[in-house]
Amino acid sequence: MHKVAVVGDRESVLGFRALGLDVHTPTTPDQARNAVDSLAKEGAAVIYITEALAQLIPDTIARYDDSLIPAIIPIPDRQGSRGLGRDAIYKRVEKAVGHNIFND
Amino acid sequence: MARLNVSPTRMVLQDLTRRLATAKRGHKLLKDKQDELMRNFIVAIRKNMTLRDQVEEALSKSFKDFMLASAVMSPERLEQAVSFSKFQVVAAVEKENMMSVHVPSIRFHQQALPGFGPDETGEDPGQTPASSSQPMSQSYGYAQTTVDLDEAISSLHATMDMLLELAELEKVCQLLAADIESTRRRVNALEYRTIPNLEETITYIRMKLDENERATITRLMKVKDMISEEGAL
Repeated sequence: MHKVAVVGDRESVLGFRALGLDVHTPTTPDQARNAVDSLAKEGAAVIYITEALAQLIPDTIARYDDSLIPAIIPIPDRQGSRGLGRDAIYKRVEKAVGHNIFND
Repeated sequence: MARLNVSPTRMVLQDLTRRLATAKRGHKLLKDKQDELMRNFIVAIRKNMTLRDQVEEALSKSFKDFMLASAVMSPERLEQAVSFSKFQVVAAVEKENMMSVHVPSIRFHQQALPGFGPDETGEDPGQTPASSSQPMSQSYGYAQTTVDLDEAISSLHATMDMLLELAELEKVCQLLAADIESTRRRVNALEYRTIPNLEETITYIRMKLDENERATITRLMKVKDMISEEGAL
């Protein structure tokens, strides 16, 4: 069995703890990096990370792009979405198709 | 196209013909794989896009609710209230093979923590699908928490299903995109490099061999002429 984890700022993600997810609240980029790496080592299946934190550690997240798990999923934080998740989707479309076929 | 650097002999010709056949077969197979992957990808990415929009909207709203709840409660109380969940969400991951791309298939369960099992006498540790269809039971008392917190957590609970589905979908799309890219490169390399190079080299060797043969024939005819001239003298 694998864990499902959330990494984000305290005010945004604390509520997930009540739902039985593994919540980590790092405050610095280094701590965030450590949190993601140690979760991946423990075999977490999914790591939800707030976009604000994801922006700080893009290389750490990119490291797990090709592996089966963990799936690192950016989620908005309490300040709303920054469009990072959508950008990631567009990037994938561009990578696969050659150009973005979902132009707004 | 560049001709391969080989000596024009029959043995090399035979070898190259075989390689060309393999390359053509490989190209056809890879092209089929690419088409099928692309079809799957487009279906998945469309779903991914709508789901992400829904999740982001729902989640932003839930977070706002939660912020509201945390504003009226003391941080310690809040932390205490959410810290003792009766359940733990766990995931079972299986490897699925989609056109020889390994993608995860993730199933989520709500597992009761020891001491909180719905039926503590049962041997089964109480695994139920992590679904919002079933009512959620709070793990904290109502006395010291506000109604806002209840609402925030139940709205978060309602988005859980979508959030979990999104996780699998995004990972699948990610892996598919990476594989489509490398497959496309291989298809193109075969189509525009390997196959034309081989074809050109094969024609070159054929011509060279034909040329040699003609040279031999003319030489033989010449020799024969010379011999018959000598005999006539």
